[in-house]
Amino acid sequence: MRYLPKSDSERAEMLAAIGLRSEEDLVSYLPAEVRFDRALAIDDGKSEYEIVDYFKRRAEENAIGCASFLGAGVYNHYRPVLVDTVVSRGEFLTSYTPYQAEIAQGTLTSIFEFQTMVCQLTGMDVANASMYDGSSAVPEAAMMAVRITKRDRVLVARSVHPEYREVLQTYTKHQGIPLEEIGYAKNGLLDLDDLRTKLDDRVAAVIVQSPSFFGILEQIEEIAELVSAKGAVLVVVFTEAVALGLIEPPKQADIVVGELQSFATPPSYGGPYAGIIASKEKYIRQLPGRLVGETLDADGHRAFCLTLATREQHIRREKATSNICTNQALLALMATVFMTVYGKAGLRELAQQNLSKAHYLASKLNLPFEAPFFNEFVARTNGTSPDGINSKLAERKIIGGLPLARFYPELKDCMLLCATEMNKREDMDEVAAAFAGH
Amino acid sequence: MSYPDNFKYTREHEWVLADGSEGSIGITEHAQHELGDIVYVDLPKIGTKLEKGHSLGSVESVKAVSDIYAPLSGEVLAVNELLSQHPEKLNEDPHGAAWLLRVKLTQPSELNELMTAADYEEYLAAE
Amino acid sequence: MIKKVSKHIVQNEPLLFELSSPGKIGYQLPALDVPEVDAVQALGGRVREEIKDFPEVSEIEALRHFTRLSTWNYAIDLGLYPLGSCTMKYNPRINEVVARTEGLAWAHPYQPDELSQGCMEVIAALERALAEITGLDAVTLQPAAGAHGEFTGVLMIRALLESRGNPRKTILVPDSAHGTNPATAMMVGYTVKNIKSNDRGVVDVAALERHVTDDVAGLMITNPNTVGVFEEDIKKITAILHGKGALVYMDGANMNALVGVARPGDLGVDVMHLNLHKTFSTPHGGGGPGSGAVAVASVLTPFLPGPRLQSRDGKWSWNYDLPKSIGRVRAFYGNFGVLVRALAYIMAHGGKGLRQATLDALLNANYIRTLLEPYYELAFKAPSMHECVFSDDRQAKKGVRTGDIAKRLIDYGFHPYTVSFPLIVRGALMIEPTETESKRELDLFIDAMISIAKEVEDDPELVLTAPHSTRTRRVDEVSAARRPVVRWKPKPDSTEQRDAVNDIVHAGVH
Repeated sequence: MRYLPKSDSERAEMLAAIGLRSEEDLVSYLPAEVRFDRALAIDDGKSEYEIVDYFKRRAEENAIGCASFLGAGVYNHYRPVLVDTVVSRGEFLTSYTPYQAEIAQGTLTSIFEFQTMVCQLTGMDVANASMYDGSSAVPEAAMMAVRITKRDRVLVARSVHPEYREVLQTYTKHQGIPLEEIGYAKNGLLDLDDLRTKLDDRVAAVIVQSPSFFGILEQIEEIAELVSAKGAVLVVVFTEAVALGLIEPPKQADIVVGELQSFATPPSYGGPYAGIIASKEKYIRQLPGRLVGETLDADGHRAFCLTLATREQHIRREKATSNICTNQALLALMATVFMTVYGKAGLRELAQQNLSKAHYLASKLNLPFEAPFFNEFVARTNGTSPDGINSKLAERKIIGGLPLARFYPELKDCMLLCATEMNKREDMDEVAAAFAGH
Repeated sequence: MSYPDNFKYTREHEWVLADGSEGSIGITEHAQHELGDIVYVDLPKIGTKLEKGHSLGSVESVKAVSDIYAPLSGEVLAVNELLSQHPEKLNEDPHGAAWLLRVKLTQPSELNELMTAADYEEYLAAE
Repeated sequence: MIKKVSKHIVQNEPLLFELSSPGKIGYQLPALDVPEVDAVQALGGRVREEIKDFPEVSEIEALRHFTRLSTWNYAIDLGLYPLGSCTMKYNPRINEVVARTEGLAWAHPYQPDELSQGCMEVIAALERALAEITGLDAVTLQPAAGAHGEFTGVLMIRALLESRGNPRKTILVPDSAHGTNPATAMMVGYTVKNIKSNDRGVVDVAALERHVTDDVAGLMITNPNTVGVFEEDIKKITAILHGKGALVYMDGANMNALVGVARPGDLGVDVMHLNLHKTFSTPHGGGGPGSGAVAVASVLTPFLPGPRLQSRDGKWSWNYDLPKSIGRVRAFYGNFGVLVRALAYIMAHGGKGLRQATLDALLNANYIRTLLEPYYELAFKAPSMHECVFSDDRQAKKGVRTGDIAKRLIDYGFHPYTVSFPLIVRGALMIEPTETESKRELDLFIDAMISIAKEVEDDPELVLTAPHSTRTRRVDEVSAARRPVVRWKPKPDSTEQRDAVNDIVHAGVH
């Protein structure tokens, strides 16, 4: 086996050193009843060529070479070449969580830069080293709000990503946190009247998404006023990080969580991605997950280390802020490189291009909601079903939008379309044509 | 290190200095030494009701968290603000400047259940 | 004598924000092929001002920045990384290549099932292989990490017991367990009761039996446990729990000791997670991504998180109609990119190769154990599997603790072992070499450990103040925690800021 760096004679030498005759002696002391006494039914080891070939063939069974207008939490953005150059370095790729600060300053420094950029983007004071993904960051924020307010109810907007809401449901079920949804208004924005009705002094958190699942910018300032007047915590979620290059950051929120897949992580059929959680400074000790802090080393030079570890499960055990261990360091690093390459001007221009593309496509379609949107929007089909339009587009090597029937039965004649800098005008014209029945 | 004679002590290494119907609460020299460098102190708000033997807050070092237990029942009158900015004071002066809480004693008779300085030193020696 | 490393020049580098200067760019977008939209108008005025202090650097500066940072890290690619319970093995590069295959890496999770058959087959193939390896009936690949898998597993235990009419109250956890176990049980609404280990470092069966009441929902057990010892009574243990209608969760963090040698499903385990980033070689990447696949016995399959794959007429599709499912634990289907790597690892080994890897991992751990036993106190005499645990008892007499020995190991060119864990061993040194270390690398490590043991006798101060040769010396974790600074902020005065940058650039050449 090519990954095992020992010859048989070396094995024999090592066995002799520990007083054994064969490697079987390493397990033969185990009771027979616990030993597995046959060979694993897994094909014999394959060469590199065969492995590459196997995955190439699997890839060919997927959509290849299609233009796509899918968004809905996972976005198609260009990945600058520098991203893979950096994350392919073994020093980043093959290192562990930076517990030994003296020999992990590379990872620690880049995470400190990541935390800083997340704060700059979101308008928050502090951010952690990243979360599993956007969806699991939502319940973590809800649990944080419960700890902060010592209340138990959570209100979540129906325009938060439906799968994120499902995850929230799974997490809160057994923690005594009742969950209730707030509807959306005719124009697609959060229904403020519904919020007012449901917001009482038992509510720990109000969770809204902006841009919402429908791509719409919520009125964060107005929502924040209502929420803080009742002493609850406002959690703002985002799934499309590129929007933050252009739109007002949700600085009136208490906690911001989101998904950074847009920043240089390929869609990869749903993961791995990196989530973020950021908050106001006063909540720093309630943040879950890992945090990197600045300090000095014994020679008085600036250094970084993991800090506030007492919030975490290996110390606080059942009283921990969460059971979360891993962050998504490598994906956070991808996002850091992405943000560095685009920089201050690039992130804005990138967002501006996304806005322009989506608005071009939207201008040719029928939109049920009139509120401002960023790079995705809900379009109503005229007569033909969303699936019908998508089949027609598939023949032209185009993957259309996401039919909304599965998540919003009332929008069964609608689909969610996204356009990014990767979409070409001629493909958008094809989509418009398909909607028009051509 | 000597333990002041006018303090009363608990097995969980807290001290009380009673003063009529009020008193101060802190942690002992022994406790701060065992904890090592203290980095954070989590204390209840003014007005919180304390129940003897229940956790009233916690102290944290870099790699450990320890509960602080109420040595007796009472109501919090004041919290030592110094500790939020300077937790290291708890290492430097646990019996003085780094007191934790001022409380109104609701069951003053509970004082009799606590250890004297001599008892406490004996308890430490045995531990 | 230090054989593995010599000093060499390391580059200094300021933070991105200090490196930045106005007007520099490192990107170019294609020309826009549609009319440019007025953002203020389109967004109803909700347009931000420029992002204050955000980086502005050129491409070469960005590349050098991250390359320089990378040289401050230790990594598996540089040598042995013997963190106990972390299974830091070689990360095969072919895995990185196949994970980037265009049709897989750029597959959108919502593209129609008929255009995702390849991804679905990869998921199904990995589920089959992991079911065979664990001896269990079904596998979900949705959880993102080990702790996330634990959460999923305990949720399923609760769901099953609820369906039988009583979710029960308590989860038993041995005192040697990972810290995540108690935190997880709490999140599922259970209280935790700790079970003491006996003097051999394994679960005390008689004591366990007394704790298993009708209130106990399950036991979370790590096997081999965190001192690297196989729980030989595992069949008795699972029978005791099952006898009371409770379930057994196995933490699979140490599965690298068992692949091809023993199967948890055959031992009565009902549910377990696997850390694909440990046993199955996917890179840790400085702390993630991971994947916490969960395998279950048939009694738990109806409760698996959804959606589940189903096959009809040779075509895969996602089934969302799962009335008993615990629901989703994350969006989409799991960390697919990690799954591709894990499957590539299994394919490269094959069944026989996987067993050989396990035996080599055991050989390496026992080789280290035998050769270091004369110098360090072995915590438990029971036979070791894939890791061995010493205590610092002998060195502590000289005032040197496990953390100090660990720091000195850095000077010898190695990453430290796991320090002070498991908690049941005072001053633990927990060493897991994995199978992908050569005899030469192991001998260098053993020499280093013996040399440090001698230094402790002759010159403890040398060890207490280590590391001596790193770019960064011991860091002040106390100040970091007392007054947390978790983001960069500009200095109020700009000349002061420039000076600070110069200080950093000129500092640190030791």
